[in-house]
Amino acid sequence: MTTPAASHPSLPDISGHTIVAERYWGRWVAVAIITVLIAALARAFAVGQIEWAFVGQFLTAKSILEGLANTILMTIGAMTLGIVLGVVAAVMRMSPNPVLKGVAMGYAWLFRGTPVILQLLLWFNLALIFPTLGIPGLFSFRTVDVMTPAVAALLGLGINQGAYTSEVMRAGMLSVDVGQYEAAKSIGMTRLKALRRIVFPQAMRVIIPPLGNEFIGMVKLTSLASVIQYSEILHNAQNIYYANSRVIELLIVAAIWYLVVVSVLTPAQMLLERHYGRGGGVGR
Amino acid sequence: MTAVTPPTMTPPAMTPPPGLPPIVSIIDVHKSFGTFKAVDGVSLDVAPGEVVCIIGASGSGKTTLLRCINQLVQIDRGAIWVDGELAGLRIDGDKLYHLPEKEIARQRLATGMVFQRFNLFPHLTALENIIEGPVHVLGKPRREAIEEAHALLKRVGLSEKADAYPTNLSGGQQQRVAIARALAMKPKLMLFDEPTSALDPELVGEVLAVMRELAASGMTMIVVTHELGFAREVADRVVFMDHGAIVETGPASQVLGSPKEARTGAFIAAVLA
Ligand SMILES: Nc1ncnc2c1ncn2[C@@H]1O[C@H](COP(=O)(O)OP(=O)(O)OP(=O)(O)O)[C@@H](O)[C@H]1O
Ligand SMILES: [Mg+2]
Repeated sequence: MTTPAASHPSLPDISGHTIVAERYWGRWVAVAIITVLIAALARAFAVGQIEWAFVGQFLTAKSILEGLANTILMTIGAMTLGIVLGVVAAVMRMSPNPVLKGVAMGYAWLFRGTPVILQLLLWFNLALIFPTLGIPGLFSFRTVDVMTPAVAALLGLGINQGAYTSEVMRAGMLSVDVGQYEAAKSIGMTRLKALRRIVFPQAMRVIIPPLGNEFIGMVKLTSLASVIQYSEILHNAQNIYYANSRVIELLIVAAIWYLVVVSVLTPAQMLLERHYGRGGGVGR
Repeated sequence: MTAVTPPTMTPPAMTPPPGLPPIVSIIDVHKSFGTFKAVDGVSLDVAPGEVVCIIGASGSGKTTLLRCINQLVQIDRGAIWVDGELAGLRIDGDKLYHLPEKEIARQRLATGMVFQRFNLFPHLTALENIIEGPVHVLGKPRREAIEEAHALLKRVGLSEKADAYPTNLSGGQQQRVAIARALAMKPKLMLFDEPTSALDPELVGEVLAVMRELAASGMTMIVVTHELGFAREVADRVVFMDHGAIVETGPASQVLGSPKEARTGAFIAAVLA
């Protein structure tokens, strides 16, 4: 092999030199500072007014684990309802029918325009407006019997979530080229079949990252249902500390469990993203 | 459902070659976008097995006319008959009613369409692209659809690429898969909208070869193209469009070789230049 210098006698020959690895002094300084800060924080917590034994003890208390299960169930239930409503609202919003479009826009406006906690309280207190529910002459229930904390939380969180999810779904659908609808139509698909078979699977790539975000948000949003007596983990932790006054210990227990659930969700999202990245150039 | 005024049934201005009744009859079709007339009174009959090439400058309404034929665009006035059915409308006494979406989807099964930008489904492999319609629209058993898809891939010279995703195929290969996808629906008529104009020059030939074979097999084809060589060789008839209207139509050798209209001659000279 001829070195460049051989053909360019005026340039120095560097073919025998080695490249010296770059030193990242800034990073080392940052690591040192952060280590000191974390150590100080850990010491503060260790010597502070926290009985760590209680944290360990209540981490697996029956009532806490039940609360955890209820938090997970409510997250899944409310997100499922939210996704179903979100898809329906997004499809209605994109429909050529102005009535459907208007209904979908009104839905998003109403539920995105009011605080979730207010919506939860409204659902829970529905009996004050409608003492009975049902179809007159066919069947009816006393609202207080139907609107349990779990049902009110599911409706409040799920319907509110649907209003946000519809926007995520719509963005996903808009991200798919119109040529895809046309190709689907040209092989005889109706609009809905084209959406289901061709558009949504492609929109997933755009939909999943924000939806994963909303899922994680929902894990924590379920804690709001404590105000309507739904026994999720925060509600149960509070009930325990009302009795034994170990406020901080029980809040730490709840915090640990929230972190655990969210940590499990993150790799699950990555797996889904990989699945829907099939055939795509980006995001794989 | 709304009744619409019956179209004016003027006889087709352009007569088909003698023989079989036309598979496509376009009768005085008009289509505007806003105030712009994209298709302005076009009449054209296409006989079964005939290959018609449509040429014309950019914006002359060629794509719009093709899209009217398979109802991706709804016409304002006139009538289009495909395979004995009035496109998009139901005749009841002296009234016409718009067909519901399901019926329009069914009518589209008579035509296959190949797009300028391929429009393959990127989340599906070549094989899955081809069986999508047969399985999920026609309800064919998957196994049978796969068998036919392999035969079609072989026909377009892509047996090896069954499991490739569109992003991993060249433009020419993608367009051949798109042709196979359209053929899998067993259409009576194939529409091509500038199928080679998004391709690198060295890939044009492989797509034209597939189309040539298709024409030779007796498929009825309406091809919008700037490939005058292909038109001269394969087309039974060439149609020249300008400003949304048909200016001249006739055998390929006549329209391309000795055009009667000055506008046709100017266009051909510009393309060959
Ligand atoms: N959906 C639409 N909305 C508004 N205008 C349109 C639409 N589709 C087409 N047009 C207009 O109609 C005219 C004819 O378009 P068309 O695509 O049919 O031309 P073309 O002959 O296929 O041209 P090209 O060779 O560039 O493909 C153009 O001026 C175009 O801008
Ligand atoms: Mg065009």
